[in-house]
Amino acid sequence: MRTALLISAKDLRQRLRDRSVLVFSLLLPLGLALVFSFVLGGVGGGGDVFRYAVVNADGGPVAAVFTDEVLPAVVEGGAVAVRAAASRDEALGLVGSSDVTAAFVVPPGFSAEVSAGRPATIEVVGDVDSPLGVGVARSVAGSFAERLTSVRVSVAAALHGGSTRDPAELVAEAAAATDPLRLVDVPASRRELDMTTYYAAGMTVFFLFFTVQFGVTSLLDERRAGTLARILASPVRPSAVLLGKLTTSLVVGVIGTTVLVVATSVLMGARWGHPLGVALLVVAGVLAATGIVAVVASLARTSDQAGGWQAVVAITLGALGGAFFPVAQVGGPLAALSLVSPHRWFLRGLADLAGGDVAAVFPSVAVLGAFALVGFGTAYALTRREVGL
Amino acid sequence: MTEVLSCRGLLKRFGDLTAVDDVTFTISAGETYGLLGPNGAGKTTIISMVAGILRPDAGEVLVEGVPVSTRTTEPKGRIGYVPQELALYPDLTGRENLRFFARLQGLSRAAVAQRVAHVLDVVGLADRADERAEHYSGGMKRRLHIGMGLLHEPILLVLDEPTAGVDPQSRNAIMDSIRELADSGLAILYTTHYMEEAERLCDRVGIIDGGRLVAEGSRRELVERLAERDRISLSVDGDPAGAKRVAERIPAVLGVAAHGDGLELLVHSARQCLPGVLSALAEQDVHVRAVEVDEPNLETVFLHLTGRALRE
Repeated sequence: MRTALLISAKDLRQRLRDRSVLVFSLLLPLGLALVFSFVLGGVGGGGDVFRYAVVNADGGPVAAVFTDEVLPAVVEGGAVAVRAAASRDEALGLVGSSDVTAAFVVPPGFSAEVSAGRPATIEVVGDVDSPLGVGVARSVAGSFAERLTSVRVSVAAALHGGSTRDPAELVAEAAAATDPLRLVDVPASRRELDMTTYYAAGMTVFFLFFTVQFGVTSLLDERRAGTLARILASPVRPSAVLLGKLTTSLVVGVIGTTVLVVATSVLMGARWGHPLGVALLVVAGVLAATGIVAVVASLARTSDQAGGWQAVVAITLGALGGAFFPVAQVGGPLAALSLVSPHRWFLRGLADLAGGDVAAVFPSVAVLGAFALVGFGTAYALTRREVGL
Repeated sequence: MTEVLSCRGLLKRFGDLTAVDDVTFTISAGETYGLLGPNGAGKTTIISMVAGILRPDAGEVLVEGVPVSTRTTEPKGRIGYVPQELALYPDLTGRENLRFFARLQGLSRAAVAQRVAHVLDVVGLADRADERAEHYSGGMKRRLHIGMGLLHEPILLVLDEPTAGVDPQSRNAIMDSIRELADSGLAILYTTHYMEEAERLCDRVGIIDGGRLVAEGSRRELVERLAERDRISLSVDGDPAGAKRVAERIPAVLGVAAHGDGLELLVHSARQCLPGVLSALAEQDVHVRAVEVDEPNLETVFLHLTGRALRE
């Protein structure tokens, strides 16, 4: 172990003098995550991805459920910000000036219409330049409307059964008693990441494959430079040389990823989740990336060749695994194929962790560990002759 | 003298090529043993097996009776290995390079500091020790490279063509240093394809060609094998290979090799046969520009044993 640490310490000293490791492990992923997050999701931790205005011209109990309970629940979900507007005209002005993405207008008499079982609508006025945001607003309003329909049936049944209470109050109570409306469909065991976190994590795991290559490909550099022969002529075990190179990759990978986790949290508001779960995922992800990169390096003749191949592998697995786009949401064969990518499992682990339960990352950590084991085993088998094992 | 290195029946194949074929030799303490042969003769392969970085297909390497292999660690601490190519880290300083390899040798921190300082003095880099090696001149890099092999005070120093690509002044300095190391009791295995280096440095020489050790002994012993033979060096115009074919047909010529723009001829008596040789060449339109007749040396021995020149 002493020899492995010596070799790793020497490698790390070299890597620190080689600025490219800083570029690949920190600057590029941080910069790209910022760009992706800004372009596709807005900056600021997801709190103001979409900005809405709401006008409550009704003032009744059913309208209050929408403005005081439904919309705050959506805001709490971290995806939107909502502000009140005094009138429809003010709301239209806000939309026209792009101060808000869309406006909800609850018209006068809305509660009464609902209570009477007559059709009632919440008007959604959207900015033509923000079709996605307008679509989300319509979805929120539509979902509330569907809920009211089912509530109306329940209230009608109650009245039919002899209830003497005010129908409007019954509707409001029933609507409020149901689960708060959420912006995103959430499967039972995990939650989708907000866009900032998603792209911060995506870029981090994508560039991790470039970061960890500095350790394992240095074996090829040492062979070309003749220093590997000199090391092997020293009283060291060949396995210690391999272990030293892997240690370099692991240390660079873990440090680089940890710095990115902290930096994206502080600078971009990314919400990675419970530190212990994140730490498990980071270590497992680094091991998996190192294992795969080690296989590529052991097949190559030179470090340049290895670098080229590793770039192809990293981009392919990154794209497949959803580092640039959430492929899993597409469904079908592509989603199934994405399971062969460690990137997919890293992101899935983070999504599972977003539910708050550290144990939820265990399946993803186990799969990433399997990637690492297979990678290290294959690389060892391919490299052992090289170092005289 | 105490036997330090013993190589017995070394054999190494790379696919269909037999790079080293049944090579056996020994080196004693304080002795400098030269492996002399042209490029591709198998010298570096032998060195790699001796240094424990290449596994022989057959045979064994013993250092003070302890087997050396790619998996053993203990005997490697007794060997100082200096490969042919400059094997150092350009982005580390001279001191950092030495410190790293000293620690790989298992030296304690105190011993590392002491040995690094000593070696920096020996190779004349003490005042530039904290500069990155990439800023060193070629000669300084070569000195640092050799110094790395001395860090752990080995009993056997293995040098693979240490003067390759070195200017004459540095080359002389390196050879003087090696001579001093041998005088201090170090056993030295030295490969070269320069006959002059082998003659100047080596107590014994093993002549290697095509992976086989074709002769071994001191310079005197090897030259005496030639009996009364002379070497004629000819510089010719035109195709030396064609001139070689002509020379091979001359009865008085015992051996001939072509190199560059010249021929090396091995004859019984240069004085008697030189006129006939020149006239035979002239008849075949081979124009001779210069003639030199030498006493037999290791080059002549190599020509006699292999039918080829060292520089071929």
